[in-house]
Amino acid sequence: MPGAIYAEGLVKTFGDVRALDGVDLDVPEGTVLGLLGPNGAGKTTAVRCLTTLLQPDSGKAVVAGLDVLKQPNEVRRSIGLSGQFAAVDEYLTGRENLQMVGQLYQMKAKAAKARAAELLDQFDLADAADRPAKTYSGGMRRRLDLAAALVVSPPVMFMDEPTTGLDPRNRQLLWDVIKRLVSGGTTLLLTTQYLEEADHLAHDIVVVDHGHVIARGTSDELKARTGGERVEVVVHEREHIATAGEVLTGFGKGELTVEEHTRKLTVPVTGGAKLLAEVIRELDVRGIEIDDIGLRRPTLDDVFLSLTGHVAEVKEEDNGAPEKAAAKDRRHKKEAAK
Amino acid sequence: MSAVTDAVRVAPSGNPLGQSFRDSMVVAKRNLIRMSRIPEMIIYGLIQPIMFVVLFTYVFGGSMQIGGSTSATDYKNFLMAGIFAQTVTFATASSGAGIADDMHKGLIDRFRSLPMARGAVLTGRTLADLVQTALTLVVLAVVAVLVGWRVGSNGDTNAAKVIASFGLLLLLGYAFTWIGALIGMSVRTPEAATSSGLIWLFPVTFISNAFVDTSHMTPWLRHIAEWNPFSATVQAARVLFANPGQSQSEAWPMQHPVWASLIYSALIIVVFRTLAVRKYRSATA
Repeated sequence: MPGAIYAEGLVKTFGDVRALDGVDLDVPEGTVLGLLGPNGAGKTTAVRCLTTLLQPDSGKAVVAGLDVLKQPNEVRRSIGLSGQFAAVDEYLTGRENLQMVGQLYQMKAKAAKARAAELLDQFDLADAADRPAKTYSGGMRRRLDLAAALVVSPPVMFMDEPTTGLDPRNRQLLWDVIKRLVSGGTTLLLTTQYLEEADHLAHDIVVVDHGHVIARGTSDELKARTGGERVEVVVHEREHIATAGEVLTGFGKGELTVEEHTRKLTVPVTGGAKLLAEVIRELDVRGIEIDDIGLRRPTLDDVFLSLTGHVAEVKEEDNGAPEKAAAKDRRHKKEAAK
Repeated sequence: MSAVTDAVRVAPSGNPLGQSFRDSMVVAKRNLIRMSRIPEMIIYGLIQPIMFVVLFTYVFGGSMQIGGSTSATDYKNFLMAGIFAQTVTFATASSGAGIADDMHKGLIDRFRSLPMARGAVLTGRTLADLVQTALTLVVLAVVAVLVGWRVGSNGDTNAAKVIASFGLLLLLGYAFTWIGALIGMSVRTPEAATSSGLIWLFPVTFISNAFVDTSHMTPWLRHIAEWNPFSATVQAARVLFANPGQSQSEAWPMQHPVWASLIYSALIIVVFRTLAVRKYRSATA
């Protein structure tokens, strides 16, 4: 049985750029899928296709058991979308914004009003409920935007980079909201450029680049694929780098990397904690003072690097034209390749 | 959470026309609240037409020949229908800028992801602009009376005709806001919508019978002016107000200005609403 969000062979081209080039997705009910990728990878385009905002050139998409292409209006009743920017009317108060969205979800005025009050409480916006949204902080706007997406408690939610541009405290707040939501049974597709975020929230991760799915699996599976653990040492004295390097090479199962300015040495290993203890003993015997040592498992950043051959870039997209910007971005890359 | 979910379950849509009307009203209300919170927009919207009334009346008034008369009073009475018509068309820029702003800020995406009627976002906006245009027109009419404009200065008229005349003006304004809606959906930024919304309005409103007697124009320009949809409404207003300087041209819109005005406005609405809503359906922010 296909999941709450299902896509098969989604293709969408803008001019000569294939923003989506045959993307398959399957998100089981009640789980979170993290759609990960750099700018221009096709994340936003995928979300827009699945939320009826964009017509794919080919492929199939089913959301909440409804065909996105054949029953767009029914799909819209079953989804909530929180886009890349807080899409709230800044001259309306928080309450007015939520009431309007409720009514446009075809709720009766009275029900929309009651629901707005409930959401304002839930999202910690009750004190600011009757102030125009333009007086809100960035974090408050995001919360209001998310509340608007949840007006009808839709079974399927899409969030496109929900925490881009938020400070750590607000990001944490939003993560808590998202976790609560998912524990309530909502299926969520989340796009993000923050690998940490996907690691934190998503059950499954799909990595896209240039409109292709380049990897999928749980965060652990992806990390395991990238390679095992490694020992990381920060020595206290710069002159100890060479000696420490010798020690690590002795224990290592691969190439040693050295960051001179941070006095950090890293080497891939097998053998876990036991090996780490041996490394510490050997360094001690040689009289090398260390500031930090640890067994590191690969981060999603490492995963990304090994999959795409480039680091995930965190860069502001052109707010006005994500697709066009993506297309332009890709075109530049193409030209550069020539 | 589940109790809540049940309580707010989305009602199945009833008759689509009813839904379209309700959604348009919700969006219109949103835009009216917005306008009331940006009063400076309404005030700036009033300053320009008031300035035009005063400047044209006092600067041009003595030098204009209207229907063979050079009396400043005749020009004043001739002028107002033109200024009123020009003012209502300027609502185009406001609609365009508002919709472009919604596109820019991602609100159009939000609306498009909701199970609402497809034309309602644009209809709501144009209806709110119609309310604003009506308010502007009331203030402008008061100013016009203060500087000496009088209906019935060139024949007989009555309250019904004067009201009908304002009705035609508002219909023209409403039709033009749909042009604005299309512009708003087509440009990238609100700034572009404001300037591109206004630039073409100058030739449209000046190559017309609004400010001068068209019979003095070169023939080719006169033909354009007489068939200009905008001129039809100006002529209709002048006839219904019984103000001087009505065109004596043989051109059909000048002979049947009320019909011409109705037909032109309806045509503009049908064409531009269709195009704007189509654009909305496929909009990519």
